Amino acid sequence: MLFGFVLMMIMRWQLAYPDTPVPFIGGLLSEDKLLSPDMYNAFGAMHGTIMIFLGVVPILVGAFGNYVVPLQIGAPDMAFPKLNMASYWVYFVGGIVMFASFFMEGGPAASGWTMYPPLSIIAENGETVWLLGMVFLITSSLLGSMNIIVTIVQLRPEGLTWMRLPFFVWAQLVTSFLLVLAFPPLEAAAVLQIMDRIAETSFFMPSGLVVGGEVVDVAGGGSPLLWQHLFWFLAHPEVYVLILPGMGIVAEVVANNTRKPLWGYKALVYSVVFLGFMSFIVWAHHMFLTGMGQAMSAFFQTTTMIISIPSVIILSALLISLWGGSIRFNTPMLFALGWMPMFGIGGLTGLPLGLAPTDIPLHDTYYVIGHFHYVVAPGSIFAIFAGIYYWFPKMTGHKLNESLGKVHFYFSFIFMNGIFMPMFIQGLAGVSRRLADGGASYAHALEVLQWNEFMSYSAWFLGLAQIPFIINIVLTILKKRDENAERNPWKSTTIEWNAAPSPPIAHGNFDKELTVYRGPCEYSVPGANKDFSPQTEK
Amino acid sequence: MIEFLGKLSNHLGFPVMSSSHGQEIDYMNGWVHWLMLILFVGWGIFFMYTLIRFRSGANPKANYKGVTSHINQYAEYGVILIEAILLIGFAYPIWAKVKTSVPSVDNNTIEVRVVSQQFAWNIHYPGADGKFGDTSAELVDEETNPIGLDRNSPNAKDDITTINQLHLPVNKQAMIYLSSKDVIHSFSLPEMRVKQDAIPGMTIPVFFTPTMTSEEFLNVIKGTAREGMGYEISCAQLCGNSHYRMRGYMTIHESNGYENWLAEQAEELLEEEGDDWGDDDDW
Amino acid sequence: MIEIPYNVKPRQETGLYNAKLGIWLFLASEVMLFGGLFSAYVLLRVGSPVWPPGGEAQLNIPLATINTFNLILSSWTIVKSWIALKENDFKGFKTYMGITLLCSLIFLVIKYFEYSAKLHHGIFPSTDNFYGIYFTLTGLHGLHVIGGLIVNFYLWGPGKKMWKSEPERFTNRVEVSGLYWHFVDLVWIFLFPTLYLL
Ligand code: HEA
Ligand code: HEA
Ligand code: CUA
Ligand SMILES: [Cu+2]
Repeated sequence: MLFGFVLMMIMRWQLAYPDTPVPFIGGLLSEDKLLSPDMYNAFGAMHGTIMIFLGVVPILVGAFGNYVVPLQIGAPDMAFPKLNMASYWVYFVGGIVMFASFFMEGGPAASGWTMYPPLSIIAENGETVWLLGMVFLITSSLLGSMNIIVTIVQLRPEGLTWMRLPFFVWAQLVTSFLLVLAFPPLEAAAVLQIMDRIAETSFFMPSGLVVGGEVVDVAGGGSPLLWQHLFWFLAHPEVYVLILPGMGIVAEVVANNTRKPLWGYKALVYSVVFLGFMSFIVWAHHMFLTGMGQAMSAFFQTTTMIISIPSVIILSALLISLWGGSIRFNTPMLFALGWMPMFGIGGLTGLPLGLAPTDIPLHDTYYVIGHFHYVVAPGSIFAIFAGIYYWFPKMTGHKLNESLGKVHFYFSFIFMNGIFMPMFIQGLAGVSRRLADGGASYAHALEVLQWNEFMSYSAWFLGLAQIPFIINIVLTILKKRDENAERNPWKSTTIEWNAAPSPPIAHGNFDKELTVYRGPCEYSVPGANKDFSPQTEK
Repeated sequence: MIEFLGKLSNHLGFPVMSSSHGQEIDYMNGWVHWLMLILFVGWGIFFMYTLIRFRSGANPKANYKGVTSHINQYAEYGVILIEAILLIGFAYPIWAKVKTSVPSVDNNTIEVRVVSQQFAWNIHYPGADGKFGDTSAELVDEETNPIGLDRNSPNAKDDITTINQLHLPVNKQAMIYLSSKDVIHSFSLPEMRVKQDAIPGMTIPVFFTPTMTSEEFLNVIKGTAREGMGYEISCAQLCGNSHYRMRGYMTIHESNGYENWLAEQAEELLEEEGDDWGDDDDW
Repeated sequence: MIEIPYNVKPRQETGLYNAKLGIWLFLASEVMLFGGLFSAYVLLRVGSPVWPPGGEAQLNIPLATINTFNLILSSWTIVKSWIALKENDFKGFKTYMGITLLCSLIFLVIKYFEYSAKLHHGIFPSTDNFYGIYFTLTGLHGLHVIGGLIVNFYLWGPGKKMWKSEPERFTNRVEVSGLYWHFVDLVWIFLFPTLYLL
């Protein structure tokens, strides 16, 4: 059942995927004028929303979280299987609602994924639908992450103490807490904005607005910034939701393919917990230029710099883990290795954005777009790929084809950089984001305009580079079920590979009750008779 | 040394810098990018070296312990230290200087109101009396009076308004009172290193001192792709369908040139008043 | 097939059974939800020169006071109903849970009268931000009351057959529902002074 659940989720995303062509052709579409500016805005907003709320989060938390976590902690199932179904269906409805908005009069929401009022309040109906869709997606995430937390806290078998949890499980635990605590304020904000749109309240509408020559007829007295605070209070933790499970996957893959323990496991765990905690108090670094006072800006700059430290520690620990290993370059490992410098670039470019003065020339330019795509596209997406290649044998009993996998990796790596590296060049030159013509109207953009074409071609080729991946998946799924499939093709130490057949038993996952004897990545233990010592082996 | 390090900003591709505070912001960007560069290159070398040296072909048996030295910890402390210096030494004071400690207005300060709307920048000068006339939302007429200026209010007679044309003198402090009529826009002058969101319901002071006239600027950019195109105001916040072309123009004059321009505008205003501008039955 | 552990009995290390941990997490998220709304209220209020923006607020304090006591009473009775189950007294459960249900219904009826009186006087959420937040907060709280009412009604009515098959699990359900109900009650205890008195 879980397996079907995961597949369905992935299918949903593949359905979602064709609806995001705009990013691919960002610059191009506007050159051939096929896409009107309002459609561009709508596509941009929906691209962001879909990628984050319908793409990466459901895959990292919904699919990997629900599938891998119980297996890795040796639990027969999630703590609340029914809640899981509920979460899935609520998510499904939310997805449908979001997509439905494409067919509505006035089109889907077009005020960016950030939906800043008053623009979003005076906008077309699509906005209301977006808000409704969000309420469903939020509810779904809430249910899902409660389930994950309870599962991790309650269902560990004997001997699996906190410090013996695989790092991936820790990452999921922190992520779930972020979702449980950060999403509700956005839900509150969505409720308020729905009220503004439907009941004509003016929570976000100040007095005396004049739109298109007409005085807006509302009571007024509201604050547009209120929305931004509520939105970013979610949306900053949300970005760590996008990356923490990714870090977890990378850590698993790295430990497995260096054949040695993770370096600084404890430091990794403390850092990720600290990161989760800090992520609640940095939100206003997205709002430096809203007219923020000295005390506020000092506070949020400081917290932002502080939060970069655990990231540095995590990345360093992962890098150092490589030292002394016996590194196998298989596809999951390639994606994990590719992830490191890419996340490094994304993270490092967060620093000038996090210092308010240096953010002045960079805010809302393509530099920001470059920053976060490095962390989410070669970041989260590479981690997702690493995870898919790594756990695919668990789901189907067959490894994915290595040659196709390598083609997929190398081309993806090249073209990802081809898309996102020029964004920094454009951003430094001052080109604003969300411009329907890619900046052609502005003189200061002229010098860097030629990059648009390059980026668009890269994006198209990146699309092509996914073809080997899809072929790979299809071919492998079609392969005959092999009754004696190897349980542990990666020679891994963690529970999911050692105590359960692949794919796992439909009910209960494991054939027998488990006891855990050691930490998660005991590879190459001196004196052991093989180079991995499974957690469940005495 | 510090300055030399800051000069990295010259190679980052920022637009020509033309304001008095811009240098500090640029330098700071230079330093931050050095930090980024060093971290990236440092770790990058370690990364590549490790990958080659410890590939399974060359190192079939992994070492359980791995790294035992503490060099990485010193590196991390180093990062913390540099970030602390950047914060306390530069980020707080620069932010205070360019954003929050609003200077007092004296005779040498040019005061202007900028009212943004979908999709234009309305510029409002106080005129000879140095005082802004009253405005009100009810008086707004998109054709003739986009900011709803009440010409009958005491200080409004000599007020000058333009659309998308901001004129300022060089080397004098400009004090811009930024507001918005409808949605959130963002007032961005890339060359001045000025950017500020215009939030409806709020009036936010934006201040800077231009150091380069438009004429000089046009000289500097000769031979680049934007040759012949002067300063512009760009909108950096999504504000609707035509956000992408919400473009304004800025001209920085020699101080004489500025006075002349003001005088010209005042004259035009008088001429208009000659016919029916400002009559009661106009509104 | 391995069963999901700690569904009924608490895990020793945490002292909680699964659903209890689940409801605590859910309540944490609810705290954040109402916390978000309360901070929105505070911000709007601080940002407004006079509060309420339209002068004197016309809220019915006596009715709201009755409702406050009404909810506190129901919180107490739901605890009693759980204790009754613990002591194997199913009848007691039926009675106390019945009173709880009655209280929630009365609460909703009173709320209905309050709302209709407002609307009758031409006061809508759009009137000003005070009424906007009043309707939003009490409305959302009302939805929570309805949610609790439905669950409690289920436990009292069709769900009670579980008492026969798995009495311990049923008792746990009542406890969990009770925890939720306390929360709903608590929200009102915050709402009442913030909206009606301050
Ligand atoms: C996964 C998502 C993710 C992650 C992890 C981050 C991480 C960080 N982000 Fe980012 N951010 C976004 C997603 C993310 N961000 C998004 C989506 C937006 C835009 C939203 C919008 O406006 O639409 C945004 C915008 C954004 C802004 C607002 C910019 C603006 O609008 O003006 C700021 C400002 O402070 C910021 C800062 C940071 C910082 C300091 C980090 C830090 O956590 C980074 C810390 C990491 C490091 C410092 C790296 C360490 C590197 C090394 C140790 C070198 C290693 C080298 C090799 C391996 C070779 N981000
Ligand atoms: C998780 C988040 C995420 C991801 C992954 C991406 C991925 C990409 N984004 Fe996106 N983007 C955003 C989040 C994301 N984006 C957000 C939040 C915004 C801001 C919106 C706003 O302004 O409001 C934005 C805006 C944005 C812009 C700026 C628009 C503007 O400001 O005008 C551009 C422009 O080029 C762009 C391009 C791209 C490209 C080329 C990719 C490519 O990397 C895409 C590559 C994708 C893949 C390689 C996926 C391959 C997957 C499959 C083939 C499916 C198979 C899967 C399984 C079997 C499981 N994005
Ligand atoms: Cu105005 Cu964008
Ligand atoms: Cu952030």
